[in-house]
Amino acid sequence: MPELIAPIAGNVWKILVAVGDKVELDDELVILEALKMETPIYCDDAGTVTEIKVKEGDAVNEDDVLIVID
Amino acid sequence: MFNILKELIYSSGAVSLSGGNLVMWLVSFVLLYLAIKKQYEPLLLLPIAFGILVVNLPLTFLMEPEHGLIWFFYHYGIEMDIIPPLIFLGLGAMIDFGPLIANPKTLLLGAGAQAGLYVTFFAAILFGFDLQEAGSIAIIGGADGPTTIYLTSKLAPHLLGATAVSAYAYMALVPIIQPPMMKLLTTEHERKIVMSKLRPVSRLQKVCFPIVTAMTIMLVVPPAAPLISMLMLGNLFKESGVVERLTNASANELMNVVTIFLGLSIGATMTATTFLNPKVLFIFFLGLFAFIVSTGAGLLMAKFMNLFLKDKINPLIGAAGVSAVPMAARCVHKVGSEANRRNYLLMHAMGPNVAGVIGTVVAAAILLKNLG
Repeated sequence: MPELIAPIAGNVWKILVAVGDKVELDDELVILEALKMETPIYCDDAGTVTEIKVKEGDAVNEDDVLIVID
Repeated sequence: MFNILKELIYSSGAVSLSGGNLVMWLVSFVLLYLAIKKQYEPLLLLPIAFGILVVNLPLTFLMEPEHGLIWFFYHYGIEMDIIPPLIFLGLGAMIDFGPLIANPKTLLLGAGAQAGLYVTFFAAILFGFDLQEAGSIAIIGGADGPTTIYLTSKLAPHLLGATAVSAYAYMALVPIIQPPMMKLLTTEHERKIVMSKLRPVSRLQKVCFPIVTAMTIMLVVPPAAPLISMLMLGNLFKESGVVERLTNASANELMNVVTIFLGLSIGATMTATTFLNPKVLFIFFLGLFAFIVSTGAGLLMAKFMNLFLKDKINPLIGAAGVSAVPMAARCVHKVGSEANRRNYLLMHAMGPNVAGVIGTVVAAAILLKNLG
């Protein structure tokens, strides 16, 4: 099952999708904040969001799973 | 009654106002605007701007040696070299040297980007500045405020206001100054290079780094000791994980307290008589030149390294070799993601960025050793 992985460590600033949403390749799904800079994370696969593993404000490490897409 | 009124008017500052004071008020208002409205480095620009304003109100004698309030801050804080090392203590407690430890070759980028300093040093001499002044102007290219203040206060204190404001101004203007240079010196293809993941760094390595670095640099360039020792002590506080209170005090309370005195003192050196001369304006120009050449040198150094590297680096990270932390790294990340939206260069750029801090301190120490 495709997963959206955090490419850098930071805090989850905004989650732009909800469970059940259909997403396309290159959609902006999550915005991470690192060093006071907002970094959008883009979708790598089209599909449906089945699980959101983080919530806004969470600190994440590089390679942590943010969202699971079916 | 008339005499009392007359005396009151003559003893007021208003009568002693000069045209230069009014110009400096204007400079102060512009800086206040930039700090409050545009939020350009407000933590420093705001006290600097206020310092400029109050010192240009006649007959207040705030900078009168042995008498003035701000003179005492300036004398004990800056002339006696207390404040810049304390700022470095706070910086050390905030900086994560992990990206540099994970990718030590980025140290070369931090060193390469110092080339602008040396180019500007000779340019300043060509334009008639003496050796000490040239050294103080050149260090602006490192885009490191405390180091600039430290070096200028030792070499050419009469230029302190100009070099300090110039260094902080260019740090704030990184997102405007650096991108054109980045695009000029790199190809679209190079900007798209995605760098492989940084290896994880162990706690032991992070704890050893400040100790080993402090010892190495101070043995090689002893004049770097005041800044490097404090920077690395702050970092050791942070990475040891056992003195959280000291880490927080260094990074927050102490840093904030000394920032107030630093900003106010720097601003107060900018009286109309010292600041309003063509030489000072020229310092801003030479400082900008230094900063642009440093950015370019970092980029070219990265491209040069790529000639020998199997696993190519994105040359944009070379631009972060100037020390404006983390503005330069953010700028690299942004320009990199414009070329390739899946390019996350932030942490890769932090390596050369923190190396740049060390590089600028070493460069300042070399200048100090030879010119002081």
